[in-house]
Amino acid sequence: MTAALEQASAQSLLRPFQVVGDAIPASLTGVAGDPVRGRAIVVKRENTCLLCHSGPFPEERFQGDLSSDLTGTGARWTQGQLRLRLVDASRVNPATIMPSYYRVEGFNRVGPAWRGKPILSAEQIEDVVAYLATLRD
Amino acid sequence: MNAVRKRARWLAPAAVLLALAAVISARAEIPLAERRSGYADLAPDTKAMQDDDTSNPGMLAVLDGEALWKTKAGNAGRACADCHADARVSMKGVAARYPAFEPTLSRPVNLEQRINICRTERQQAQPFASESKDLLALTAFVGMQSRGQPIAPPADERLRPFLDAGREAFSRRLGQFNLSCGQCHDDNWGKRLIGNIIPQAHPNGYPLYRLEWQSIGSLQRRLRNCMIGLRAEPYEYGAPEYVSLELYLMWRARGLPAETPAVRP
Repeated sequence: MTAALEQASAQSLLRPFQVVGDAIPASLTGVAGDPVRGRAIVVKRENTCLLCHSGPFPEERFQGDLSSDLTGTGARWTQGQLRLRLVDASRVNPATIMPSYYRVEGFNRVGPAWRGKPILSAEQIEDVVAYLATLRD
Repeated sequence: MNAVRKRARWLAPAAVLLALAAVISARAEIPLAERRSGYADLAPDTKAMQDDDTSNPGMLAVLDGEALWKTKAGNAGRACADCHADARVSMKGVAARYPAFEPTLSRPVNLEQRINICRTERQQAQPFASESKDLLALTAFVGMQSRGQPIAPPADERLRPFLDAGREAFSRRLGQFNLSCGQCHDDNWGKRLIGNIIPQAHPNGYPLYRLEWQSIGSLQRRLRNCMIGLRAEPYEYGAPEYVSLELYLMWRARGLPAETPAVRP
């Protein structure tokens, strides 16, 4: 596969990362995330995952059905693919309704409180990647 | 791999057409026959609340508006009723035709703005503040005179550029979540955003009583809520961007019955 090397260096507040094919193979933080923290991030309403997705969260009464069930996500995608889809899913599908969780440019009228900030931090992205990778069946 | 590539080259023009069709159909407006008021997705007790004027909290604003209609105001010492007489006759169907083109401003105005123009020019009174109790009350009273009437945007060529601007705004991605109105309300209506059914976003019941607000509010207040939900910076009340969007939403809802004052979650 041709390596399309890209950097998010213009997004100076973000850590640089390399996109290879449809994945970001390397951890944004250089270390693996914590799946327990990752699950807590996924179910927390303000992080928006369950607005659209459902999954193995029996304690969550309300889950969305705009997008896929997260069950089995770790068997369908590599961690690098999951990382790119969280960082900026629009690079895989420009028409996607999934927000770009680690991007700060190319938006319209972002509210002052959110301007220049990613939805999730690099550490949170890694925690979510680590958690989703455990959803293997 | 080569055979696949060769076939892919043959299929390329067809694939482009298919892809184009997919893009266009994804952005297509809801077919007229499939349009439904947000009323259709209400819980039974919320429907009952809207249907019964003695339990519909929006009726309190309508009653306040009726009193204001008859109250003399401003340096002209004139009431709405002094010019327009019985609103049940003179205002029937009017709200269903707003926003309308205002020649003195060379742009469309919504019903609230029309009321304030009357107030400053005919009554020589101070305009009501956006979202104030009195403005919502008078708008609700005038709006209710169209209840049951079909939404009927005027076929006015002067409105066209504003209608086009509203349509474009409906498709523009906004905020940190980077979503357009249409991605939810055209492409995904009827699905669940967490526990809530995504409505088609028709403006046929405003001003309306929203349970989340515990008050009556305008369409612009609702649009601001959506924008803040997308982590976007809302426009100021009365901004031309909202009026264009209102115009497009009314056109998109053409033929649906007006429900003012509606009740929504």
